[in-house]
Amino acid sequence: MIDCDVHNAVPSIEALVPYLDPHWQEYVQRSGFKGPEDDDYPPGIGVGRRAGAAGGTQLEHVRREVLEVDGGADLAILTCLYGCDSIRNPDLAAATAAAVNDWQIAEWLEPEPRLRASVVVPIGQPALAAREIDRVGGHAGFVQVLLPVRCARPYGTREYGPVFDAAARNGLAVALHFGGSPGNPPTASGWPSYYLEEYAGMATVFQTQLMSIVVEGVLDRVPETRLVLAESGFAWLPSFLWRIDKEWKGLRRETPWVRRAPSLYVQEHVRVTAQPFDCPRDLVERVLGRLGSDELLLYASDYPHGHADSPAELRALLPEPALAANAASFYGLGAA
Amino acid sequence: VTGTAEELRTAGRREAVALVDCDIHVRPSSPRALDEHLEERWRRHRRAFGDRAAGGNAYPRATPAASRIDSWPPGGGPPASDLAFFREQHLDRWGFDFGVLNPLLAGGILNVEYRAALSRAVNDWQIAEWLEPEPRLRSSIVLAYDDGELAAQELRRRAGDPRFVQALLHARTVEPLGRRRYWPLYDAAAECGLPVGIHFGGHSGNPITGAGFPSFYVEDHGGMPTAFQDQVISLVCEGVFDRFPGLRIVLIEGGCAWLPPLMWRLDRAWKLLREEVPHVTRLPSETIRERFWLTTQPIEEPPSDADFAELLEELAMDDRLMFATDYPHWDFDAPDRALPRVLDAGQRRKILGANALGLYGLERA
Repeated sequence: MIDCDVHNAVPSIEALVPYLDPHWQEYVQRSGFKGPEDDDYPPGIGVGRRAGAAGGTQLEHVRREVLEVDGGADLAILTCLYGCDSIRNPDLAAATAAAVNDWQIAEWLEPEPRLRASVVVPIGQPALAAREIDRVGGHAGFVQVLLPVRCARPYGTREYGPVFDAAARNGLAVALHFGGSPGNPPTASGWPSYYLEEYAGMATVFQTQLMSIVVEGVLDRVPETRLVLAESGFAWLPSFLWRIDKEWKGLRRETPWVRRAPSLYVQEHVRVTAQPFDCPRDLVERVLGRLGSDELLLYASDYPHGHADSPAELRALLPEPALAANAASFYGLGAA
Repeated sequence: VTGTAEELRTAGRREAVALVDCDIHVRPSSPRALDEHLEERWRRHRRAFGDRAAGGNAYPRATPAASRIDSWPPGGGPPASDLAFFREQHLDRWGFDFGVLNPLLAGGILNVEYRAALSRAVNDWQIAEWLEPEPRLRSSIVLAYDDGELAAQELRRRAGDPRFVQALLHARTVEPLGRRRYWPLYDAAAECGLPVGIHFGGHSGNPITGAGFPSFYVEDHGGMPTAFQDQVISLVCEGVFDRFPGLRIVLIEGGCAWLPPLMWRLDRAWKLLREEVPHVTRLPSETIRERFWLTTQPIEEPPSDADFAELLEELAMDDRLMFATDYPHWDFDAPDRALPRVLDAGQRRKILGANALGLYGLERA
């Protein structure tokens, strides 16, 4: 079994200090900078941390609660949500991202062969993000680049071209994950009042990104691109594809490089993690069938976050290939 | 395909099936046409300062004026600005019993007093140029909706005229539509018994997606369902339906296939997080099915009719779907072609007209 969304968390800026150069060590000390704030998960309820979970700041937590738990994963892909996108100083954003990646190599990947990880990047500065991907992307433990799904401009726009190029050059997938702190609102109509709205509404940002990446021609220009939607839900995908296929038929003159229906690009390039599982129990078979392929979904526990279905409940709902085979072939991981 | 145009027009069928177009976009033949309804103070303002808006939102459309190329009136003027040609090409051509106007005018203007004045002028213009001469037409009240108080004033002023059948808002707003700034408008609409229509479009100054500005018109147009989804979420989560028990919402030109997955997601999210919104006391999907209506255009086209049948089953809103053409725009849905064959006679009757007759209180002659 391969768990494709496990959150290791930087416990505090002190954990990163050994991985910063002297300039940034002094900067952190003098400024009192504590690192970016995590606003993507509420601190005191199960969605932020499910009951009994230690939290993912230590390798021991993940070993005990993800790998060695009853029904645990043979391999887990770490997705460290460190909000470098909220840091406006471009050099500080790049320095902290680099420190997070070196911390992941030294304290997670080197001691634990059952783990893979995601490259954290200063996505507000795409050129620096590409440089960071080239710096650490050759390490065999990294399998993807992690981008918060919310950002300042959609990921298909040309400024992000170097990021997709660097991911392809290093044989890495690109994962878009729930959340992000780019500063601009998560809806076309400003800021919602409640976390509930953000939780339910994030799927619309995934829709925006998928549309942008397809119509801007990223998948034509960099055909090796493998895209993961993480913690996005999937039940919205079929009707979204009906709509954008129709849009393509009506408006394809505007983006002539898009040579096939968008749904065909998605089928070929995109995988989706299955937590949160977002369709009603009585419609599971129908909705999974509508996805058109057993290859689309990837099992993920989203440790330590909690959703409506526990990891065990989720595993029981998924088609067999989603548990390991899909991730093994998509990420090129050995039989697990 | 529901049948040929000829079939739709045959006598027997016309008696059985009312045909209502819930989304028509008329416009002035020239800017002057609005001037005569505008107070002198604001006429001067308009000449001097124009319709100052947030900008940064230039997506050239699929066609000039985003319209069907055959919709430009032979006598001149922009599409849907000439009543005689509009009758011939649209109302008579399809045999509509009623058409509901949604003028896309006076939106996005930053000077809210001017916006309110121009909205009043648009509403007077609608009466003079469209509603008076053409009894098949009904219309939506154009409002400076980002200011709840000003919008409520104009809504109350028009509500006594039965030809105005709803208030008109747009899908992209300054703040999510559940927020308090819009409550005076909902209060007035509920009190006057008028539905609130939320139509495709709008520019508030916010980037048009939750991830900033995209590059292409296909994203502006095809991304509109994301704005609708976020508005449904906001309206439900802010509890406006409990606060305003008479409030009814019509989603216009948003399509409908995104709604079942949104209801599933929102129901599950509410169960997990309801502690945050104690004012939301019911399952979101129950509220949505009770308080929302949707127009059909641009209707989704799934790979098979069977998918569409499943969509209708999952929506469970047969009484809430209302046919619309979006005339004169390029993505027009024709009454004889848009609805899939899989609909049964009862569903077709409801969607083509009966639901709109009921919601808007219309009676066929």
